[in-house]
Amino acid sequence: MKATPLSNCERRFILRAIEERKRLDGRQCYDYRNVRISFGADYGCCIVELGKTRILAQVSCELVPPKPNRPTEGILFFNLELSPMAAPGFEPGRQPELLVKLNRLIERCLRNSKCIDTESLCVVAGEKVWQIRLDLHLLNHDGNIIDAASIAGIVALCHFRRPDVSVQGEEVTVYTPEERDPVPLSIHHMPICVSFAFFQQGTYLLVDPSEREESVMDGLLVIAMNKHREICTIQSSGGIMLVKDQVLRCSKITAVKVAEITDLIQKALENDQKVRKEGGKFGFAESIPNQKITAFKMESATVDTNNVEEQAEEIITKADPPSEVFAKPILHTPGTAQIGEGMENSWGDLEESEKEEAVEEEGESEVTAFECEKIETEDTSTMRETKDEPIVLSDSEEEEVVILEPQELPKKTRTQTSSKQETTSKKAFNKRRKKKRAAH
Amino acid sequence: MAAPELLSDEGYRADGRRPAELRKVRARMGVFAQADGSAYIEQGNTKALAVVYGPHEMRGSRSKALPDRALVNCQYSMATFSTGERRRRPHGDRQAGELALHLKQTFEAAILTHLYPRSQIDIYVQILQADGGNYCACVNAATLAVMDAGIPMRDYVCACSAGLAEDTPLADRSPEEAAGGPRLVLALLPASGQIALLQLSARLHQERLEAALEAAGQACRALHAVLDRVVRDRLREVTALLGD
Repeated sequence: MKATPLSNCERRFILRAIEERKRLDGRQCYDYRNVRISFGADYGCCIVELGKTRILAQVSCELVPPKPNRPTEGILFFNLELSPMAAPGFEPGRQPELLVKLNRLIERCLRNSKCIDTESLCVVAGEKVWQIRLDLHLLNHDGNIIDAASIAGIVALCHFRRPDVSVQGEEVTVYTPEERDPVPLSIHHMPICVSFAFFQQGTYLLVDPSEREESVMDGLLVIAMNKHREICTIQSSGGIMLVKDQVLRCSKITAVKVAEITDLIQKALENDQKVRKEGGKFGFAESIPNQKITAFKMESATVDTNNVEEQAEEIITKADPPSEVFAKPILHTPGTAQIGEGMENSWGDLEESEKEEAVEEEGESEVTAFECEKIETEDTSTMRETKDEPIVLSDSEEEEVVILEPQELPKKTRTQTSSKQETTSKKAFNKRRKKKRAAH
Repeated sequence: MAAPELLSDEGYRADGRRPAELRKVRARMGVFAQADGSAYIEQGNTKALAVVYGPHEMRGSRSKALPDRALVNCQYSMATFSTGERRRRPHGDRQAGELALHLKQTFEAAILTHLYPRSQIDIYVQILQADGGNYCACVNAATLAVMDAGIPMRDYVCACSAGLAEDTPLADRSPEEAAGGPRLVLALLPASGQIALLQLSARLHQERLEAALEAAGQACRALHAVLDRVVRDRLREVTALLGD
């Protein structure tokens, strides 16, 4: 399925907002969205939510013969999958460019940085080693897949426990989890990716772009760092021209963000460890909040709404007073009155027959709408003015408004009205409408 | 496994170069008559061949044509005899796909694509012998090929890799040095100093990033001087043949 393209006005809106240093969800330029980590019942399974972007990571292991040129090292295999569940634009089977890019980034971030000690995965040199496989599945795409994927990957690897193995001479015994506690992997450090989106040829820069922001960005810079401030990988993509200073500035920002996220990960891992040890309930089912009709929980908005009322009052008092209101009600028939006439129909050219119907239906709907409401409309004042002036030249193609005979009018919600009054009121409507159109 | 000594006491590298010295570069333009532009480059033992077709009408799906600019289509392949062990698949694996993407991104930024709306420019790069610095050799060869084809670019695109040995940055790493230490690949437009592509693998401390970037930048500028000379020689050759 083809993804819905972004409209031009949306694109312009987002870019203008970024120029004014505003983001759609109220964040600052260097702010991350909320990161939530939840663990599954098995070791090595976790879901990471970065705002609305969700990724599921699962680590599994297997005993295999090693690669011929590296007989004493274990094998690592990383795989990221984009399924149509995540976004309608992803098609099953075909590998888009994005997938290649993401996979290579994950590989470089986790494999080349040597965060996992592969020598410790060796069981019998040259014959049997552990193959660790990390599978990442994108569940929901709301921008910044790579950050979420790197967090999910490293958390899953830290959480994973492999079966304990003992070697006696030629015999290799693999113990089940019941016989001996499974052993965690030896992880040296935790590399985390941080993405920077560039706009307007590198003038503006945002951390953790959402999906909308990603679709209007010029290019992306991904820096992976661990908490010891060692850069694990840098990748610029998207055809932007960077300057050295920008790269250095981004690396400084990355250091700060990575420290925060690493703290969060440590806490989450400790929590899960504690829960399992104490015999409490763990797993995905526990982390999904209970949906009860009586318990309504809303996440706090990121936009500050504390003094919105005062701000609104200020704006209203400072603004110009509204133009005179035509508040005299028009009495059509006993029981039917109208105050104001509402906005001009700006739907453009319609077919002749549709025009008539639209005109008629509009008149009716307006009447019904304004029976009970008091609406201040500036249009009423302009309408008053145009009534006094003759018709002005207009390029509107709707000069000829054909008015149907009153008897053919479909009576919708009106009470019984005399046909004469209907005609006059209708004609009055249409004349006013014509003049209004002329004025515009 | 002991880390190989990257820098000897006198300051020489494993192959006898100084830290900031590049490998010997030999380049030729116009090696194929059929293609619009072609170039061949040798950096040390790495040999790369680049061929450019275009700008021409969109082949394949017309719907992918961009209304305001040209589409740059890149393909990267390594010959089966290019590495020590015979390669099974010349192209189609993940690494080739990634490098093709990087090439595309680099040249989309450098070529003035807005001059050729709704058309396509093809860049095909083939590695004949891989001896470290594959991507860099490809970018340099492709730059020369694009120039040979007469497609206007913002500037030369020069790419070079850099590494670190303790605190000394090394320019243009050879594969023996590739085992230990971080690797930084930089594609630069020398005149403005803008970075078209930046890639770093393996761990590098944040403090050393600036030094590594600087070293790679210097190496790219040195390479730019060499490529510029090649282009000017070729121009002289061509105009001499035309009897100007």
